[in-house]
Amino acid sequence: MSLDWKKRIAPQVEAVPPSGIRKFFDIAAEMEDVISLGVGEPDFVTPWTIRESCIYGLEQGRTSYTGNRGLPELLEEIARHKKEQHGLDYDPKTDVLVTVGVSEALDIALRALLSPGDEVLIPEPCYVSYKACTTLAGGVAVPVPARIENEFRITAEDLEAHVTPRTRVLLIGYPNNPTGAVMRREHLAELADFVEAHDLLVISDEIYGDLTYGGEPHVSFASLPGMQERTLLLDGFSKAYAMTGWRIGYALGAPEIIAAMTKIHQYTMLCAPITAQLAAVEALKRGEKYRDKMVAEYDMRRGFIYQGLTKLGLSCFEPKGAFYIFPDVSSTGLSSEDFAEKLLMSEHVALVPGTAFGDCGKGYVRCSYATSLDKIDEALARIGNFLAQHTDFHA
Amino acid sequence: MNELLSLLEHNARRPLPELSAVLKRSEYEVGKEIKAMEDERIILGYNTLIDWNKAGVDKVTAFIEVNLTPQRDVGFDAIADRISRFDEVRSVYLMSGNFDLLVIVEESSLQAIADFIAQRLATIDGVTSTRSHFMLKPYKKDGLMTGPKERDHRLVVSP
Ligand SMILES: Cc1ncc(COP(=O)(O)O)c(C=O)c1O
Repeated sequence: MSLDWKKRIAPQVEAVPPSGIRKFFDIAAEMEDVISLGVGEPDFVTPWTIRESCIYGLEQGRTSYTGNRGLPELLEEIARHKKEQHGLDYDPKTDVLVTVGVSEALDIALRALLSPGDEVLIPEPCYVSYKACTTLAGGVAVPVPARIENEFRITAEDLEAHVTPRTRVLLIGYPNNPTGAVMRREHLAELADFVEAHDLLVISDEIYGDLTYGGEPHVSFASLPGMQERTLLLDGFSKAYAMTGWRIGYALGAPEIIAAMTKIHQYTMLCAPITAQLAAVEALKRGEKYRDKMVAEYDMRRGFIYQGLTKLGLSCFEPKGAFYIFPDVSSTGLSSEDFAEKLLMSEHVALVPGTAFGDCGKGYVRCSYATSLDKIDEALARIGNFLAQHTDFHA
Repeated sequence: MNELLSLLEHNARRPLPELSAVLKRSEYEVGKEIKAMEDERIILGYNTLIDWNKAGVDKVTAFIEVNLTPQRDVGFDAIADRISRFDEVRSVYLMSGNFDLLVIVEESSLQAIADFIAQRLATIDGVTSTRSHFMLKPYKKDGLMTGPKERDHRLVVSP
């Protein structure tokens, strides 16, 4: 008698669909000469000074556990950094938790806040984990489509239509993966009134906060009047410092939520790896100029890919943050998935269908410009070929 | 900082259409600015960085510390200029510290460099002494690491 494993898997896990990105990864990984615009991480390696400080730590025998919330030096650097960046005051002794990436922070935040059936408003298109983590935490994800007319910013009006008495949390991520949308102060102010009126908590994933372009620095949701106490601010090192593989991020918020998250963290993770924590200290102390150089490089590529896609006749708005651009491919008559799959098969260019980030991503694809100008140039040429072959394409 | 210059500094071969798209200026305008900077000698030229050892070509590089007697009115400039004009000389820098000029010489053999120093450099009026260091192995050259290209280790598609 063989086990029926299907029946043994918990229903809340079964309820989570497999990631829409996985499928493309499997095909693309087999191909040679593929140019990938499908990568959600920097093409730079971590700046040497950061890598070197980790090596030094290992030489000095820094190989032990740290306190649950993280190395005191890192907690202090994080608090200092947020003060400098946004003028926000967080007490490193009670308001900061170092996590294994923003990924872990999202998971334990939702687990700490949600009771079964609690609803979370999730503007879409959005990062693939938001809905899944909500479901796994026993909550109900309520997607709220953002509109292209608003350059994929979410508005209070959009949200208002989805509030119920069970709504507990608004989970936002700007600058946005996959659209590159940003929310300026006036857009966030509208959301602040909304969450206040409905007494909601806000989880704000600001992992791309350092990656904004066009001279308008990122505004943290927590920096709006009265919002710091109801906001759990998440940030990390993966994107700004090209540290994805180190697995390190952090959460900032009221002592109560940080204590609750620390409880989960201490029993499930114990602490973030000390190697990554040492590197993160260096990133905050001396990483700024390397970060700014990478951001300047992304900015150049942004202009290049935006012009390139527009010239090819694909409409898109000029992204203002992160390293993604989200062109509309519906003019080809192909669905997002077909476009991505056919493009990969015939031209060996990988990108991600917009639907991987929510139903309202239908008709769009995500292109990452975290890749060299040469490769973007070549990818654009190949996309041009592909479009020319599609007869029902009217540019 | 001049964005055009920083784009060209690390890759002189960037095509004009790319520069134009990145800088959001017309190709004509960008081309004109490059020409102007060449004329003003802000852009001195375009070299290729080559690992000659790897290409199987023998090259010997010497870093020569040179001491000088400064001359009335022109200080070190006249002698420095005179040394700089030899084809063998790759770079010349006026230095603070224990010597005056750092002269970098590249030749096909040790003997050729020895000859150059003995017969040309050391005999120039005003050169009081020379001291040579031969380069054994380059690790980094003008901002670029020698050695194999670093691979992109990322997954092809990720969230
Ligand atoms: C919006 C967003 N949030 C969080 C993450 C996860 O980041 P981390 O590496 O810190 O877990 C990503 C990574 O792609 C992301 O795009």
